[in-house]
Amino acid sequence: MNETNSLIQIKGLRDGLLVSLDDAPWDVQRVALLAQVDGQPAFFQGARLALDVASQVLHVNDLVDLRDQLSERGISLWAVISESPTTEKTAQLLGLATRISKPRPEEGRKFAVDDLGEETALFLSRTLRSGTRIEFAGHIVIWGDVNPGAEIIAEGNVIIWGRLRGMVHAGAKGNRNAVVCALDLSPTQLRIADEVSAVLKPRESPKPEIARINKDGKLQSEFWSPG
Amino acid sequence: MPAQVITITSGKGGVGKTTAVANLAVALASDGAKVVCIDGDIGLRNLDVILGLENRIVYDIVDVIEGRCRLRQAMIRDKKLPELYLIPAAQTRDKNAVSPSDMNRLVKELRNDFDFVLIDSPAGIERGFKNAIAPADRVLVITNPEVSAVRDADRVIGILEAEEKGPGALIINRLNPSLVKNHDMLSADDVLDLLAVELIGIVPEDENVIIGSNRGAPVAFDPKSRAGQAFRNIAKRLRGEKVPFLDLDHTEGLWQRLQRLAGRK
Repeated sequence: MNETNSLIQIKGLRDGLLVSLDDAPWDVQRVALLAQVDGQPAFFQGARLALDVASQVLHVNDLVDLRDQLSERGISLWAVISESPTTEKTAQLLGLATRISKPRPEEGRKFAVDDLGEETALFLSRTLRSGTRIEFAGHIVIWGDVNPGAEIIAEGNVIIWGRLRGMVHAGAKGNRNAVVCALDLSPTQLRIADEVSAVLKPRESPKPEIARINKDGKLQSEFWSPG
Repeated sequence: MPAQVITITSGKGGVGKTTAVANLAVALASDGAKVVCIDGDIGLRNLDVILGLENRIVYDIVDVIEGRCRLRQAMIRDKKLPELYLIPAAQTRDKNAVSPSDMNRLVKELRNDFDFVLIDSPAGIERGFKNAIAPADRVLVITNPEVSAVRDADRVIGILEAEEKGPGALIINRLNPSLVKNHDMLSADDVLDLLAVELIGIVPEDENVIIGSNRGAPVAFDPKSRAGQAFRNIAKRLRGEKVPFLDLDHTEGLWQRLQRLAGRK
């Protein structure tokens, strides 16, 4: 027991616990960590855990397994800090933070929506740059531009008070009534439910526009007009 | 006063990061600042060539980090500017030889002895890039007026925001005013429109840049070069001076200019 404990260091942080592992094989580390947790269930119950895995190279399965095993014990894994770019990428893929000073709430993470049902919206007031992916199980409202290379995936509608030049998928779970509105609707690709549009040409002088699936089942966009 | 640590990065390769570092270093040092540049492109070092210091390298950054020499031993003094130093990259290693905390430690040692620490980032957004931005107080993102370069700059700015390194300031490099005029090239406004960050300089296309790089004498040394002037202006802005942007629409001929000066147009 003592031997396994020496692999793991635990530190309290402002917003949870930081567990540092050393470079021993991953399976050994994982078993040691879980043993530690099971040894002091009261201490760990309900904790938010950040994991520093040094230079371990971890793949999706490794982290998913650990996350599940921790959550069975009432512990939520929210960050994985690593020097290995592969591990960082894995963590980002799973929506885990990769630095602890600041969790990244909206980058590459799926938001959990519970009680409000379909009428929930996510409001973001910033420019979404290339490489950002926002997924949400409701509507998405963006006050800012969506640049080429950014992706927005909503189960409901997507409303953009700004320029849309990235990729948008509204009604991602199959809602064919979903719409996409933007002040300048020039996406690289637009999808509603399972319809995919070809490229919309950038407008010379953009006007507010709404895209939806029309009666014939085709994607169509039209300019907004008052009244 | 402790040094300002400035990293120059771009995402895309070949847009002029290394050239910009060399020229800004020369411009700042010519103006009397104490400057050290660090080549962060381990495995593909270039900054030494552009500064014309290749044949003086004995130790490099990896030697410092791995303790084979003292920091001062790896610092190469410029031939012309006694207040300009280079810490070269290792050519026979790769980016994983250095970690972000190594960079922080190294830069911390330099902060008290210099006015500016300029870090040349490698292309990409992986380890080398992370190393280069780790110690930065300020990041300059450089791009060309091309769709792919601007896309990468946008991605990099997004990462800088997420890493709390600020949005960075933008240098638009290799702008060709006559192509812009014919709508064959993105204009500075097009680029700024998309990236929506502070602009710190526009560098016009200028063949002297390539000539200078090949000779190991950056254009910032050349008082007549327009690109050199643009880099000198950026250097002034880095020191907090307000400098108006160059008038790049310089296609009018001598006759038109005389007419304009004579108030006839």
